[in-house]
Amino acid sequence: MSTETVEVKEKVEKKPAEPLFSKRRRGIVKDPLSDDNPITIQVLGICSALAITIKMEPTIVMSIAVIFVIVFSNLIISLMRNLIPGRVRIIVQLAVIATLVTLVSEVLKAYYYDMYKVLGAFVGLIITNCIVMGRLEAFAMGNKPYDSILDGLGSGFGYAWIIMVVAFFRELFGSGSILNFKIFEAIGWDTFPTNGLMVDSIGAFMVLGVLIWVQRTKTGYVEH
Amino acid sequence: MDIFNIALKATFIDNMIFAYFLGMCSFLAVSKKVSTAFGLGMAVVFVLTITTPVNWLLQEFVLKEGALKWMGASFETVDLTFLQFIMFIAVIASMVQLVEMVIEKFSPALYGSLGIFLPLIAVNCSILGASLFMVQRDYTIAQATAYGFGSGLGWFLAIIALAAIRERLKYSHVPAGLKGLGITMLITGLMGLAFKSFIGIAL
Repeated sequence: MSTETVEVKEKVEKKPAEPLFSKRRRGIVKDPLSDDNPITIQVLGICSALAITIKMEPTIVMSIAVIFVIVFSNLIISLMRNLIPGRVRIIVQLAVIATLVTLVSEVLKAYYYDMYKVLGAFVGLIITNCIVMGRLEAFAMGNKPYDSILDGLGSGFGYAWIIMVVAFFRELFGSGSILNFKIFEAIGWDTFPTNGLMVDSIGAFMVLGVLIWVQRTKTGYVEH
Repeated sequence: MDIFNIALKATFIDNMIFAYFLGMCSFLAVSKKVSTAFGLGMAVVFVLTITTPVNWLLQEFVLKEGALKWMGASFETVDLTFLQFIMFIAVIASMVQLVEMVIEKFSPALYGSLGIFLPLIAVNCSILGASLFMVQRDYTIAQATAYGFGSGLGWFLAIIALAAIRERLKYSHVPAGLKGLGITMLITGLMGLAFKSFIGIAL
């Protein structure tokens, strides 16, 4: 699904007005990855960041789903931004997001049923992922479609790499494996003590807390 | 007794925040002061208690496979489950709007204190989450209502507790990078550890 969005990006190339990868546009993609990360700096989308990061595999599927939903809802709302009356915009946004999420959910159910079972209600909860709503409200309502796609990609990948790191540590210490590959048995350390707390919700809070600490120290962001 | 147990379980053991991480966004964003946390918590309890049974009715009489039987024999095999997300979120958004209007009309004082939080609730994951879990667990309407209320109460307790801790936290010296969200995550983890002690209760 993420490759589709790359294709969309290349088609718009002909516009002469502004270079395709001007400094401003690179900024739109790059800022959410680190300096303005949706999870660690803006504190959005925490719910699903914690719930599905027990293993890496569902996390990857979730990341792809969220990137897909963010990019396309940004695009659709941006195309419609002059048609939506201000008073009902929340409902319109929710309807667009819910439709895209239903699409994701049906595709998962049809082609990847095991994963659909694992993710369960959390696929549906992408609808209320604050990142998606936040980007629509803050960016897509006031910007052109192509910029909105870039913004969606930036926020989506900013979200994806954080939950991937959380999942990596939780799976490594919680189950002693990476992508279901028993890493410690492979290097001959059969007695590696797996930590039940990491599989549990508490591990998620701790890992994310420490990750936020590291990331904020690196970017120099301090909350007052 | 059964209904009481479900509410109790949803409040303490399967707490929305500590067991399912639902409603984290507003949980972290609006927990700086106890008074505002109280307002938002009350609004969540209120909306959850209303939307869960309404969505139950919707699921039972419109969405479920064969649910449209009451419209005639030809509708017996209709399965509208794929519309679940859109319908639920529409119900939640309109319920929130309705609740806002009713409160504004009848209790301006309460509206003043809840006012700004009510629209936020439409995108609180715990509301949609409760509806989706309620479907997964095949509750009856009474059980679903109890579940909605219990979940709301659990969320309410969690946000009040966190807000109280964060108010005290102002006076401590936290490392710069850990200030705000970082330390809040760690505290939430520790609170979750405390809530784990409820698991031992057999219901």
